[in-house]
Amino acid sequence: MKIAIASGKGGTGKTTLATSLSSHLSETQDVVLVDLDVEEPNSRLFIRGDQTHSQSICKQVPEWTGDCSLCGQCQEICNFNAVIKVGTQIMLFPELCHSCRACSELCPESALPLKPRKIGMLNQIQAGNLIFVESRLEIGEQQAVPLISQTKDYIDNHFDESYIIIYDSPPGTSCPVIEASKDADFVILVTEPTPFGLYDLKLAVEVMRKMKKDFGVVVNRDGLGNNDVLDYCDMETIPVLARISNDRRIAELYAAGELIFSTIPEFKEQLLLLERSLELSTVVDPV
Amino acid sequence: MKYAFTAKGESWDSEIDPRLGRTEFILIYDDKKNELSAYSNSEITQQAHGAGPLTVQKIIDLNPDILITGNGPGKNAAEVMSTSEIKIITGAGDMKIKEALEAYKSDKITG
Ligand code: SF4
Ligand code: SF4
Repeated sequence: MKIAIASGKGGTGKTTLATSLSSHLSETQDVVLVDLDVEEPNSRLFIRGDQTHSQSICKQVPEWTGDCSLCGQCQEICNFNAVIKVGTQIMLFPELCHSCRACSELCPESALPLKPRKIGMLNQIQAGNLIFVESRLEIGEQQAVPLISQTKDYIDNHFDESYIIIYDSPPGTSCPVIEASKDADFVILVTEPTPFGLYDLKLAVEVMRKMKKDFGVVVNRDGLGNNDVLDYCDMETIPVLARISNDRRIAELYAAGELIFSTIPEFKEQLLLLERSLELSTVVDPV
Repeated sequence: MKYAFTAKGESWDSEIDPRLGRTEFILIYDDKKNELSAYSNSEITQQAHGAGPLTVQKIIDLNPDILITGNGPGKNAAEVMSTSEIKIITGAGDMKIKEALEAYKSDKITG
């Protein structure tokens, strides 16, 4: 089972929910939490454990050998302006390259062989029964998607279906979040009950519907704004899976890097509600 | 001497376009021929990424001695620029083309 936790914008409590849900589930099941917000991974701040694995993630980019007839075909074929001919040399801009291989395969002189280039680091951490994986984009690297996709490959190669896999997706509604949620069985959209929250939620819902995803909403900081988010979900028949109240203690525990559900029973109740609606709970909980 | 300008229009009264990569026009002034010619850069302004290197490539092809512009090149554009001998003068951002040329000649703007 793969669950992606996403939100239309940052700061909605996505990471709080992802870390809490995975820690709680890991008390009874095998769980992998994956931070796919590769531009700003911050789940790690809330995970205490030992690093068990670390590796570089690379993408294939062409390198110019200099043995070249200056025909200019490489520049013409590249859709991303990642290779251009300047005077008598070919210049490459690896951070713009999408590794499509077109220039490399087309080049009549075989002057553009592909070479690996490091785009990020992947780290794995064991925190009790919870396995945590995060990837961090190299500074200056502009494309999150290849790193997200290779991180998911790593997960697929190392953890079979017996694991519950939780993706903490990047915020927004553009390519990175689509890449992060496209093979999830279910997407949880986290939102706040405010006009901004509703606006971003609508955008996110549109994306999820286009992707034909099963999804539901978790309202964070419930009680903060108005009822418009709930009314909207009702009208659109989107399930509201849990409502986490606007409790100052949650923010304080979060800031202190503490596990919230072990201290605040109301929060734990909402987690259990969420787990039940996702059919993730194995034990009947004596609430 | 051949001068290149990044410009928002096609005449001496047009303003300098401060954005090098996404400039609307490239103007070339050849003082030997006393001739000002304009080259549209509109197809490049539609590129999502990599506009800087392409614009600089275009400027290099026009073979000026000096480029007068506003903000100067980004990292990739600067890399392309460094393959040529063209001297870059920045800081002409809110000037008209004729003012920018005067400002350069009287050393009010430099690299
Ligand atoms: S396609 Fe190959 S031979 Fe042609 S300009 Fe590019 S690198 Fe040179
Ligand atoms: S591999 Fe594709 S994206 Fe990269 S430089 Fe070549 S043509 Fe452009």
